[in-house]
Amino acid sequence: MRIAISEDTMSGNGTYNYKIVRQFAIMTVVWGIVGMLVGVIIAAQLIWPDLTFGVPFLSYGRLRPLHTNAVIFAFGGCALFATSYYVVQRTCQVRVISDELAAFHFWGWQLVIVLAAITLPLGYTSGKEYAELEWPIDILITVVWIAYALAFFGTVMQRKTPHIYVANWFYGAFILTVAILHVVNSAEVPASFWKSYSAYAGVQDAMIQWWYGHNAVGFFLTAGFLGIMYYFVPKQAERPVYSYRLSVVHFWALIFTYMWAGPHHLHYTALPDWAQSLGMMFSLILLAPSWGGMINGIMTLSGAWHKLRDDPILKFMIASLSFYGMSTFEGPMLSIKTVNGLAHYTDWIVGHVHSGALGWVAFISIGSMYYLIPRLFGLQQMHSVRLISLHFWVATIGVVLYIAALWISGVMQGLMWRAVNADGTLTYTFVESVKASYPYWTIRLVGGTLFFAGMLIMAYNVVRTIAAGKAYDAPIPAVVPTSVVGSGLNPQPQPAMGD
Amino acid sequence: MFESLLVLIPIALGVSIASAAAFLWSTDSGQFDDLDGPGDRIVFDDDSAPVEARTEDTDNSPIPPTSI
Repeated sequence: MRIAISEDTMSGNGTYNYKIVRQFAIMTVVWGIVGMLVGVIIAAQLIWPDLTFGVPFLSYGRLRPLHTNAVIFAFGGCALFATSYYVVQRTCQVRVISDELAAFHFWGWQLVIVLAAITLPLGYTSGKEYAELEWPIDILITVVWIAYALAFFGTVMQRKTPHIYVANWFYGAFILTVAILHVVNSAEVPASFWKSYSAYAGVQDAMIQWWYGHNAVGFFLTAGFLGIMYYFVPKQAERPVYSYRLSVVHFWALIFTYMWAGPHHLHYTALPDWAQSLGMMFSLILLAPSWGGMINGIMTLSGAWHKLRDDPILKFMIASLSFYGMSTFEGPMLSIKTVNGLAHYTDWIVGHVHSGALGWVAFISIGSMYYLIPRLFGLQQMHSVRLISLHFWVATIGVVLYIAALWISGVMQGLMWRAVNADGTLTYTFVESVKASYPYWTIRLVGGTLFFAGMLIMAYNVVRTIAAGKAYDAPIPAVVPTSVVGSGLNPQPQPAMGD
Repeated sequence: MFESLLVLIPIALGVSIASAAAFLWSTDSGQFDDLDGPGDRIVFDDDSAPVEARTEDTDNSPIPPTSI
């Protein structure tokens, strides 16, 4: 199937919808700051429990879900949406199928975030981790998500290039799977307008919850961000991905092996042993596709390592892949039952989550935003490249302090909790392990504050960039026929085939 | 109320069948015929902003129907 060669000139094809990308890109920075500020506050509350003077809506238990929802769904979500609208339009060489659907998606998602920011501190929660929002908001999320799916897949179907670039496959899997996860896990019976009960009970509910919870990690926080990685790392490095073939294998391997890792969150619980072992086995299998993708991303720089020296955007991206490799090694290791017996319920898990969330998810998002924002405002680069570099080092030191502190406190807590005296009694009371954790929680607070400070540096840089530029919508180029751009790096004009 | 595996196993089967169908479609429709060109093509797509920033009036004319 050969596409017809368009006779259109540059101006005849209209423009890409960059407005939707701009909106989500700006809100990525805004929600990043909000979500991480709440994170810093709750990290401080662990050290000073009376920090917020006992005000109920500022208590740890209410702010913690606000923090997780804000960083995952507001910050991470906006980064995924901004990049996916950019990537799907540019790689399919077509404007998004409906500006109205995209606008509805943007404003609907912002409404969901605002409703979350109001209801969670007020204590309205369904009590399901990473899915705390009550049923009216769950329905709103479903409607907004359908609009997103229609806008994304509609655009793919309108494409003017025969091939669907691999990043779009990752985004597509993210969109479809998150839809299924959300609907199944949020099945609930409303008792009143702001209270509902899960449709599942007991260990059944736990199984559904962590099927959702871990697949949200896999498809929201991994597949979607791999879509970002497969587009923005090659673009920033100005080199094609190391092996396109491997990226396709990576995608299908991930799709066919991910779904059953969830039970590793329920080791040594009422869940049947066979289900726990199944979850552990699938988690171990996941190491292979994860590292395949990590190596593919990093090796994209093969032969151009010098670019890392003075390109801080590339530093963000390659560091993010390093953290991805680290946390996807740590994850399968933690899923092994005996390791989990030491680590579960300790700070180690919190550290593991943040090495993925700050090191991988936030770094690749930040890198892609630094790539995107100048282009969305008609500029060549950000206001200050040195400030990007400063952001990189401040954030990197922050992550390293954070995860190293929680590794130490996590292992310490695990060892203290399991220590027994010769007569069989526990060596330590729980509160002794709390007391011993304070120094590490302080280091964690310093690390988190540094990461937050990095976001403020980014915000300043973004404001100055936007002030210097003007909203810009790039024209859609004439379709590049596949017969002209071959597989080599030097496109040679050739007679078009099929004429 | 619900046995979780009665929900999750049919979903897993459905997702697997849908994924397999998507995979077969993509092989049969030639998505994998060229496994080098697509990686190069995104790098050739010049998305840098023009040196003089232009603010163009957004052209809302309908996109011509795809010729695929």
